[in-house]
This record gives sequence, C-alpha cells and structure tokens, in this order.
Amino acid sequence: MNKPLRRIAIFCGLLVLTLLIRDNWLQYVKADGLKNDENNRRVTIARYSTPRGDIIVGGSPITGSTETKSNGLNDLKYKRTYKDGPMWAPVTGYASQSFGATQLENIDDAILTGNDDRLFFRNTLDMVTGKPKQGGNVVTTLNAAAQKAAYNGLKGHGKGAVVALEPSTGKILALASYPSYDPSSFAGTSKSDGDAWNKLLKKNNSSEPTLNRALRETYPPGSTFKVVTAAAALENGLYTSADENTKSPLPWTMPGTRTELKNEGNIPCENATMRIALRYSCNSVFGKIGSDLGNAKMLEEAKKFGFTSEQFTPVRSNASVFSDGMNQSQTALSSIGQYNTAATPLQMAMVASAVANDGKLMKPYMVDKLTSPNLDTLEQTQPEELSRPLSSKNAQILQSMMETVVKDGTGTNAQIGGGVTVGGKTGTAQHGVANSEKPYAWFISYAKTSDGSSPVAVAVVVEDDNANRQDISGGGLAAPIAKNVMEAVINSKK
Amino acid sequence: MSSTTNSPTHHTSTIGAIGAPSRRNTELALLIFAVAIPVFAYANVGLAIDNRVPSGLLSYGLGLGLLAGVAHLVVRKFAPYADPLLLPLATLLNGLGLVVIWRLDQSKLLQAIGQAGDKAPNQLMYTAMGIALFVVALIFLKDHRVLQRYTYISMVAALVLLLLPLVPGLGLPVYGAKIWIHVGSFSIQPGEFAKIVLAVFFAGYLMVKRDALALASRRFMGLYLPRGRDLGPILVVWVISILILVFETDLGTSLLFFGMFVIMLYVATERTSWIVFGLLMSAVGAVGVASFEPHVHQRVQAWLNPMNEYKLSRSGAPGMHSEQLQQALWAFGSGGTLGSGLGQGHSDLIRFAANSDFILATFGEELGLAGIMAILLIYGLIVERGVRTALAARDPFGKLLAIGLSGAFALQVFVVSGGVMGLIPLTGMTMPFLAYGGSSVIANWALIGVLIRISDTARRPAPAPASNPDAEMTQVVRP
Repeated sequence: MNKPLRRIAIFCGLLVLTLLIRDNWLQYVKADGLKNDENNRRVTIARYSTPRGDIIVGGSPITGSTETKSNGLNDLKYKRTYKDGPMWAPVTGYASQSFGATQLENIDDAILTGNDDRLFFRNTLDMVTGKPKQGGNVVTTLNAAAQKAAYNGLKGHGKGAVVALEPSTGKILALASYPSYDPSSFAGTSKSDGDAWNKLLKKNNSSEPTLNRALRETYPPGSTFKVVTAAAALENGLYTSADENTKSPLPWTMPGTRTELKNEGNIPCENATMRIALRYSCNSVFGKIGSDLGNAKMLEEAKKFGFTSEQFTPVRSNASVFSDGMNQSQTALSSIGQYNTAATPLQMAMVASAVANDGKLMKPYMVDKLTSPNLDTLEQTQPEELSRPLSSKNAQILQSMMETVVKDGTGTNAQIGGGVTVGGKTGTAQHGVANSEKPYAWFISYAKTSDGSSPVAVAVVVEDDNANRQDISGGGLAAPIAKNVMEAVINSKK
Repeated sequence: MSSTTNSPTHHTSTIGAIGAPSRRNTELALLIFAVAIPVFAYANVGLAIDNRVPSGLLSYGLGLGLLAGVAHLVVRKFAPYADPLLLPLATLLNGLGLVVIWRLDQSKLLQAIGQAGDKAPNQLMYTAMGIALFVVALIFLKDHRVLQRYTYISMVAALVLLLLPLVPGLGLPVYGAKIWIHVGSFSIQPGEFAKIVLAVFFAGYLMVKRDALALASRRFMGLYLPRGRDLGPILVVWVISILILVFETDLGTSLLFFGMFVIMLYVATERTSWIVFGLLMSAVGAVGVASFEPHVHQRVQAWLNPMNEYKLSRSGAPGMHSEQLQQALWAFGSGGTLGSGLGQGHSDLIRFAANSDFILATFGEELGLAGIMAILLIYGLIVERGVRTALAARDPFGKLLAIGLSGAFALQVFVVSGGVMGLIPLTGMTMPFLAYGGSSVIANWALIGVLIRISDTARRPAPAPASNPDAEMTQVVRP
C-alpha cells in the first residue's frame, strides 16, 4: 500500500503548490492592479483617511477637511470642505466620499492624500515617529481678486464663463463658470449629499451647473475670431500693415454662391483698412480675407493659436474647432467665427494672450507647484512656449488694431484709463437653427501697463436669457466683466 | 518522563525493540511557540486598533495555553508515541484563527450587520469543546482498529448526517447552499462530522473488499478495468455526491467526499485505473450539474467573472448576486507581499461570512503573501504528517483511515482556499481551525485526535520480547 500512499503524498503536495502559485499570482503579480482598482473601496478609504492637503490660491487655502461624524457604517474619516465653493468649483473640481473626484482633486489626488511616491520618505518617517500621515498641497496660479471679479460679473447674467491668463507665462489667473455648484454640498455620504448631487445631474437640471464652461464648452466665437483671421492675413503677407486698403467690395458675394456676406448695420466696410474693419467688425472684409487665404492657411494659423488640440492645464480642456476640407464660402463664414468654428473660453483667452505677448503663445497652466505638507516644493511648473502664431512685428500691428477697437470702436466699455492701454475685440455669435436662439456675447482683451508689459489677457462669454437681442453685444455685456477682471489683476500687482 | 518511559530497559536479546524516541518534549517546545505566536498576534491587533494591549490578552492567552496544555498532557499519557507535530500545528492555526476572529469582532461594519462582535469568545468555547472531544477520543479509543467494528454503522450515520440539511424545518439554506442544520440556537454543519465518519466506513469497507477490487480485473490499454459488479461501490458514492451537489447545492462537500473515496480506493487497490475513473466521473458530474442546476451554474459564472458579479450585486440586479468574491480578491491584492499588518486592513468589506468562509482573505490582506504562504505550508505539513502516519501504520485499516482523513483535509483546504482566491468556484466550506464555526473546529479536533491515535500505534515500539537465557540462539520474528 505504500507506493500509492507516496503518490497521494505527492498529489497533496501539488495541491498546496497550486495554491501557493495562485496566491503569488494574486498577491504579487496582480496585487497593484487589485489594490488601485477604483472600485476597490480601500482607494476611497485611503483618500479620506487623513485630512486632505489643500488647494491654495494666493497663499491661502480654498479647501479644507473636517472630521466625519462616525456612525459605525461610515468608514471614511474626513470630509472635504470648500471656501466659496461655487466660485472655485471650475478650478478645484470636487472630491466627494460618494461620487468620486474630478479635476485638480482627481489629477493631484496622490499629492493631496499623501500617497505620492515623492512623499514616501516623509510618510515613512512620520510612521516611525508616530505622526499621522499628511497630504501635500497644490499651489495654483490663480488670482483671487480676478476670480471674484469674473464670478461676480457672470452672476448678473444667465450663463457664461471667464478665463484670464498672464500672457508672458501662460498662468491662469481666473477660471470662472456660471451657473456653478458648491462641491461641499455633496462631499459626504448622507442623504442630503445624495439629494444635492441628484439635483445637479444633467437630467434634473437643464442649466448644467457641473459643466465647466471655461474649459469644456465650445461656443461659436463670432467676431472675436476676426483677430485670428487678421493674424493669418498679416502672417501670410496678404496685407503688411493695419492701414493698407484691403480693396474689399461692398456688398461682397461669397465665391461659389449668390449669397452676400452681410454686415451688422450700415458700417464703413467698403475698401476699409484692417484697422477700420476690426474697429467696426466688418464681416465682409474678414470673410473675404479668409476666402482669399483659403482653408489650409486659415487652419494652419488657427492651429498655431491652439485650435484643434486639447489643452492640459493640467485639467483637460476640450479641443476648439476649425474645420478642414471647406470650400471658399464655408471658409469665409468660418473666418468670422461662424459655420463650424467653435472655441472654448480658454482658447479665446489664448488668442488674446498670444497677441499681447508679442506673438508668443505660452502653454496655459493653473498649478504653480506641488508642495509637501511642510511646504517644500516637490514640483514647480515652468512656463513653456507652445507656439509662435505671429511675428513680433505683426503682433504689434494687431495690438494697435485691437487697441483702436477699445479706444474708438465696439469695445469702449473695456477702457480702464490711468496709463493702462487695453486692446480687445467684441463678438456676438449667432447660434441655433436659423439663429433662433439668443446669441452669445463675447469679449476678448488684454491690458498693457505704462511700462509696456501685459499682465493679463482675458476672454469672456455670456449667454444671457434675460437680455433682449439687441443688447447682447460683446461690448455691452461681456466687456464690462473683462474690464473688472483686468483691473483686479492690475490692482493686485500694485 | 519522556523517551525512556516506555523503552525496554533490561533485555539482552540480540534484536532490541525499536527504541523510537517519543518526542513528547519536542511537542511541548513547539506548543509553547504555537501558543506564544497567537498571543503576540493578539497584542498586535489590539495595539493596531486601540493603541493598547487588549484587556483580554491574559484570559485568551491562558485559555489557549490551558487547552493546549491539557491536550499535551493527555497525549503524553495516552498516546506517548504520537506524531509530535500535529498537535502544535493545529493549535497554532486555531490560535491564529481566534486572533483574526477577534480582530473582525472589532469591525464596526461587521458589528452593524450582526456578523461579528462576540464571535471570539464563542470560538474559544468551541475550541474547548473540540479539545474535549480530542481528549475523549484519545482516552476512550485505545486502538483505532476498534473503529473497524463500526464500519456499517458508520455508513448509516454518515448518510444520516449528510441528509440532515435536507430535512424540512431542520435544514437552513445559507446563501443558497443547504449544508446547515438548526438545532435550537445552534447551527451545525453535519458535513464536517460526516467527513470523519465516512472515512471510517470507507476504510473498513475497502479493507475487506480490496482484494476483490484489485485482483479481479481485466487489462485494457494498460489499465486494469474492474469488473462491472465491482464498479458498484464507486458508482454509489458518485451518485450520492451528485445528489449532494444537486440537493444541497454545495460543490465543496460533494467534491470532498468523492475525492476522499477515490483516494482511498486507489490506496486500497493500488490500481491507477480508479484515479482515471474517478477524475472522469467527477468531471462529468461537475460539468453536468453546473450546466443544469441554476444555483451551481450561477456560482460558476461568479467565479468566471467576479467583477461582473460585483457590479450586478451593486446595481441590485435580479437574482442572487454576491460581491464577496471580488471583495476577497481586492483584500488579497491590497495585502500585497507583506500585508497591511494585523488590524489595519479592510477585509470587513466582504461583510457576510468574512470571519468564516472568507477568513483567509483577512489573513491575505493583513499578513500578506508571506502570511498566506506560511499558513498554506502549515496545512501542507499537517497533511504530510497525516500521510506519514499512514505510511508508518502497520495495519491496512489504519493506513486507509489515516490517508482518508489527511486526503480529505487536504482537499478541504484546497477547495476552500482555492474558492476564496478565485482558483475554483466558491463552495460553502470553511478553512479547518481558522474559520469561525463550532462544527468545523470540533470535527477537525476530532480528526486530529484520530490521526494522533493512529500515529501513536504506528510509532509505538513493538513489545519487548521476554527475556530469555537462550536469547542468542533464538530468532525473534516479529510481524
């Protein structure tokens, strides 16, 4: 009987060996995947096991953490809180015990929870000395005063968004979206948190408060896109100065069609210079420029300004649209910011900022640095040049044209005075079937201080349900908001 | 005391009795470790959870130490030549199980759903009952061959035990598997006891029939095919296993009994063909039932895609869906190589049966790959000591009983931990000694008792031949 017994012994050994192999597979090979699986509750538990690090604006935190009331079933120890939640929501995103995390709260989760590898040594030290684990901080580039001006400006209207950039670096100074939401209201796990969340869902709330309009919504940019078209004309040598006769007929019939490209009102667009055309916002002149340059050249210039690519600030923005494969009339319409052309507010702020920065487009970013709990810098974002849509000479020509718009044209509401020069462009973009819906009011601009430097470029878009049609012009609704934001930035630098 | 007690002392024959050392002191030394490790682990849990040494440390430590001490003294007195490893290994597992059950008692989540809170004192009580049965077995079962007399009574008893959960009013379906009965406020898993009783029956039956089964066969394609009528017993056991699977919907119990029978049949007859038959029959049975029986089918689906099962369970989809397996896999994965440390994991997320069927997941998360490998090796050692006992036993009944019990033990460990680790479909059985549950602990202590009894008989030196002045000329022939 001993021979089969020995074989059974081997068989039992193989059973144990199989289990050992399976366990190694599970706890060694597959361990990381299982450990970091988003559905694995431990990920959420870890995220809220210690007070999260903070998101910081101008030296003071706009977030906080509070200890959750423990009722036995709640295994999450700390809950996120926000100061001025609705105002900062487009920047922070949310970190909710029940509904996950988005934007900065999600992207920099590892730093905020303290799980980042760069904090490992420190955590180990804390563990040895018995101190609780602490999260690091995310220091943003935002400017509290500018953000406040932007948010309060939008608040008076129905919907809209504002983005302000520092042209020389690409730092995002303001990033506001309205209507917004308070991420504190659904940070926990209670029933009221769930109710607050449900109220925000798209199906229950047609105004979509959780939509980050500044980064994730693309609007037809309307006349503000004429700045891009003017840049294309200069860069491609179609015209070499702002004051050259463009030889534009009026009325102008789009090539290949019998449709005239109409201007708004009776404005002096016939054979206008580009300066005049931009000042009065001549569709006929800029439509013809686009048509003359052709789809390829227009697209190339738009791409240099950042169209057709997503931006990572590090929060992702949608790609703005300028189509390819269009005929001349479609290109003409696209060149005045209609047809398929669509841009995020961030994109239009980048356009203004590139012009203000003498043609150099900087990569927009909102995280200045990541710090450890004791404020040592772990990672510092360096300004980065994205592209050069304009030569410095052409940029200055375009600046003088945009400054005329604010001085004498449609953008007079944005004048600041006191040695500050403002250049800008209004826009009123039609949308909806047969322009049935209320147009969007746009304004993009930059400010230049007396020393010639430009501290801020801004893009404002407003969709106002309450305003009547005539009132919705970029100069009327959007320019005052832009002015307040620019003033806030300039004043905070003093 | 110790090794000299029973050694022949003053004979002068040329052939001395084999003076095997009793190894009782080795056992005692190992036992000290087997009690000290859980005590240390217990303190560890308390420090991790409350930052202080738990107040129950002394009582648990003394309790476990006392039980182990009593068991050791009884072995020393009544089975002095027993295998020295079995008792310490079982004590260690039982002690670690107690610690982890106590650790899960501290989980607020499990307390809130009534799955934990006061389980550790119960488990200590079950352990005491288990050790009591162990002691009774050693004291009253002077020789394991006595069990041979109860071959057919065992058969009846085993069948009754297996069928009990199907009796209306007594049976209690838990998560679909009907392997429990309710008596008063106690729930009992009769299958755990049936395991031992059935091994006695198989050993007795096969010892008598083995020649017929082994020799009367035809050779075909290199295999010895048994005669048709000799196929009877294996067919009967197969049918019973299938019936268990269909009516009690428990793959584990079914696999365990059939596997144990095939192992014992193979050992009794030394015919490889039985293994081939056994594998074929269990494959046919398992696949057949899994395709037609909805509950078993569903368990197989859950095994194939635990993540999908988790999502179905979360979304409240109709049907019986359980997120347990996926939760267990996350627990193992989150433990990684060295584990989170005792008391610092979140295996309570498994919720239902976290401290019984799924207790291995808590070990996996808190002690890591290292801890699980150690525990699996301890189980492996117990099995190999059992097989060694079978090898050393001098009578066929003892050999068969020992290999049956250790084989069943090995299969149970494989089926349960394989199920929890997602290697095979889940079954409703528990890890011997580790898991919470009276039936399991008591039955497994009885199993260890029987193994210790067989090993004592096996390792006991032959009685010394009478002292004889003509010893030099006498050839002593021993059996």
